[in-house]
Amino acid sequence: MADLALDARGVTKRFGPVIALDDVSLTVAHGECVALVGESGSGKSTLLRVFNALTRMDAGTAHVDGVNVATADPVALRRAVGYVPQDGGLLPHWTVARNAALVPVLTGRADSAALAAAALDSVGLAPANFGARWPHELSGGQRQRVAFARALAAGPRIVLLDEPFGALDAITRGDVQELFLALRRRTHMAALLVTHDLHEAFLVADRVAVMHAGQIAQIAAPDVLAASPATPYVAELLHRARVVPGAASW
Amino acid sequence: MVRRRAHGAPGRATAVAAGRWFRLAAGVGLVVASLSAPAAARQAPPPATRPAEARPVVVGSKPFGESYLLAELFAQILEARGLHVTRRFGLGGTEIVFPALRQGSIDVFPEYTGSGLLVILKAPPVSDRAQVFDIVSREFARRYDARWLAPLGFENTYAMSVRTDMAERLGLRTLSDFAAVSGEMRAGFTADFIGLPDGLPGLRAAYGLTPKTVSALAPAVKYQALVDGQVDIIDAYSTDGLLARFPLTVLEDDRHFFPPYDAAAVVRGALAREQPAAVAALSELSGRLDVTRMRALNARVEVNGEAAATVAHDALVDLGLVTGGGAVPAAVTSGQDGSLARYLWDRRGVIAAMSARHLWLAGVSLAAAILVGLSGGVALSRTRLAEPVTRGVGLLQTVPGIALLAFMLPVLGIGTAPAIAALFLYSLYPIVRNTVTGLREADRSAIAAAEALGMTPWQVLTWVRVPLAMPVIMAGVRTAAVINVGTATLAAFVGGGGLGDPIVSGLALADSRMVLSGAIPAALLAVLVDVTLAGAQTWLTPPALRRR
Repeated sequence: MADLALDARGVTKRFGPVIALDDVSLTVAHGECVALVGESGSGKSTLLRVFNALTRMDAGTAHVDGVNVATADPVALRRAVGYVPQDGGLLPHWTVARNAALVPVLTGRADSAALAAAALDSVGLAPANFGARWPHELSGGQRQRVAFARALAAGPRIVLLDEPFGALDAITRGDVQELFLALRRRTHMAALLVTHDLHEAFLVADRVAVMHAGQIAQIAAPDVLAASPATPYVAELLHRARVVPGAASW
Repeated sequence: MVRRRAHGAPGRATAVAAGRWFRLAAGVGLVVASLSAPAAARQAPPPATRPAEARPVVVGSKPFGESYLLAELFAQILEARGLHVTRRFGLGGTEIVFPALRQGSIDVFPEYTGSGLLVILKAPPVSDRAQVFDIVSREFARRYDARWLAPLGFENTYAMSVRTDMAERLGLRTLSDFAAVSGEMRAGFTADFIGLPDGLPGLRAAYGLTPKTVSALAPAVKYQALVDGQVDIIDAYSTDGLLARFPLTVLEDDRHFFPPYDAAAVVRGALAREQPAAVAALSELSGRLDVTRMRALNARVEVNGEAAATVAHDALVDLGLVTGGGAVPAAVTSGQDGSLARYLWDRRGVIAAMSARHLWLAGVSLAAAILVGLSGGVALSRTRLAEPVTRGVGLLQTVPGIALLAFMLPVLGIGTAPAIAALFLYSLYPIVRNTVTGLREADRSAIAAAEALGMTPWQVLTWVRVPLAMPVIMAGVRTAAVINVGTATLAAFVGGGGLGDPIVSGLALADSRMVLSGAIPAALLAVLVDVTLAGAQTWLTPPALRRR
C-alpha cells in the first residue's frame, strides 16, 4: 500500500483555450475524506475525473494508491476505485441486484451476488425486498443508496463521489449523508467528494479544498478554513454560505 | 401513351398508381399466370424439332397491354417454329427493357421507332417513317449491337381526338383546323403530354394550338371526359382499342409534327448471330399487322378482357402463320364475371407462391439491411461522420425505384438480384437512422457511470448502449420491414416476381381483380410482418424499458 490514496502534482488540463486545471496539486491520505468545493467551472469535477482516467492530463502526474494514472490500464484502474455519480447513473435495464453486482462481475468475482447483497444490506436496502426491483421503481434516495452499494460492493479502498447528494431533496439528502458517514466509519475508505455546498463539505470531509478558476485557493480542515480564510475569494464564499468563524463543527 | 411508353418510369411510391395510367379496358388473367407460374409450366411443351443445345429465347415486354400482346405474338411464333422461349413480360418502361436487352437479360422486345429515336438515341424528331427506321436501324447496330427487324406494319402514335359531332359541326379535319378554333376549346391531356417538348409545347409551336383550358387527365378517364363533353380534345393513341368504341374523330397531323412510331421487334445482335432461326421466325410477323387489325386485337384484350395469349394465338392462326387448334397456351379463364373472393380462391396456389416469393425478396433484403445498418450505425454513432453518412443514405430514399433499378441493371441484370439490391438500399435508412439516434439518446448518465466503473468500450456497447437503444432500433427495423413489403412490388419491373406481378399487369390491363389479387395479400403481409416484428421488439427490449 502506498503512503497516499490519491496524489496529484502539477496537474494541468486545457479544454481549448480554457484552462480547467492550472498546475494543481492535491493529496488524500488513506482513510481521509477530502471535499472539493467550488462554483461550476472551477475545475473540481475535472480534477476528480483525473483520478479515474476519464480526464487526460496535459501536464503533471497523478497516482492512485501508488499507481501512475498516465500509464495504468484505465479499465483496471476504474474497477479498483469506487465511483458515485450525482444522479445514481444506474443501468435502467438491470435489476437493483445486478446493478449492485456490476464491479464484482466485471472483475470476475465468483461471489459477486453475495457481495452485492451485502452491499445492499450496508446501505439499508434489504436484498430480498429490493434486489429484484428495477431502478425506475425506486425513490431518488433509494436509487442513490443503490449507487453507493454499487460503488462499494467490490470493497474498494478509495471512492470518488461527484455531487453524490446533489439531486436529492433536503430530508433525503440528510439521510444519505448520514449513510455516507456511517459507511466511512465502518470501512475507513479514502474519499474524494465534489460538491458545491460548503455546509455539506464541512459536514462530511476531514479537509476541504476550495477551488477557483482551475486552482486550489485553500485546502484546510473545516474549522481552520472557517477561522482563517486564505484569500478574499474564500472569505466571500464563507460569507455567502453564512459560515461563522468558530462555529463550523456541525 | 407514346410519351408514357417511352418514359414510363413510375416513381417508387407511385409505381402502382402510375400503372393505372396505362390502359382502361377490361382485364385478363392469363398474364399473371404466365408471369407467376413456375417456369416449367410457363413454357409450351418443347417441340421435337428444337435443337437440344439452343438456349431459350427470352422475350421481354413493357408494362402495358399492347406490349404484352406483341410480346406474346413473338413468343408464340418462336414456339411454333420449334424454339424454346422464356417470357419476361411487364418489365418497367424503356429505361428498364432496353438496358436489359443490351445487358443480355432479354433477347427481344417490341419497341416503337419514335421512342427509339427520341428516347434512346435522343435524336431530334424526324417525320419520315422510312428515314426514322433507317436511323434507328443503323444507330442501334452501331452503338448497341441491337437489330431492328422490319416493322410489324402499324404505327401507334398520338391520335388527337375530338367528338365526331363537334368535328362535323365545325368542319374539323386536321390539327390546323382545330388550332384555328382552339381558343374556345378545353383540352384533357395526360400529364406527361402537357409537359414534354414533343407534347403540348411542341403542338403550340407547330400549330399555334392554344386551348382555353388544359386539364391533366388520367388515360382511364380521358375518353369518358371527352364523350361526356367535359373536355373537347384528348391525346389518344392510334391503336387504342377504345378509339373505335366511341364516336370520335382523329384529327390529321397535317404538319407532320409527331414522329412516326412504327412498331417492330428489337433483337440482340448476339441472338441474330447465334440463333438465326429465331430472327427468321420473328421476321414472319413483319408487315403483317395493320392498324385496323391491331386496334381490334387490343380491343379484345383491353375491352373484352380476353387473355393476351388467346388473342395472340387467334391472330397467328388468322394470319396463317400457325395452324388452328394445336398448342393453345392454357389460358386461365378471363373476363370479369364471378366474385372477387371466388377469383382469389381459384388462384390461391399462385397467390401463395407469389406471397412466399414476395416475403423472400423483402426478407433477404431486410436481413442484409439489418446487418449493414446496425453495424454501420454502431460504428458511426460516436463519430462525426454519423450525420453526413446517415443523410447520404437518406438521399437514396429520394431515388425513384425504376431509376434505381435501371442504374443497377448493367451490373446486376434483371431478376432477383437488382430487386433485392434496391430493397436493401431502401431499407437501410430507417435502420441506420434509428440505430444512430437510439445509441445517441440512450441514458447518458447510465453510460457515463458504466464507463467510470470500469466497463470496457465493448461492454458499454453491448451491455448498455445497444440494449438501451433497442426499442428505437427495432422501431426502425419495423418501419423498414413494412416499407420493404410494400416496395417489393417493384420487383415486377425487373422480372423479380412476387406480388408486384399481378399488380403491374392488372394495372396495365385495367383488371382491378388482378390488381387486388396482388394488393390484398401484400397489405396482409405488411400487417403480418409488423405484428411479428412488434413481438420481436417486445422480446428484444429489456423488460424494464417496456411500455414506459
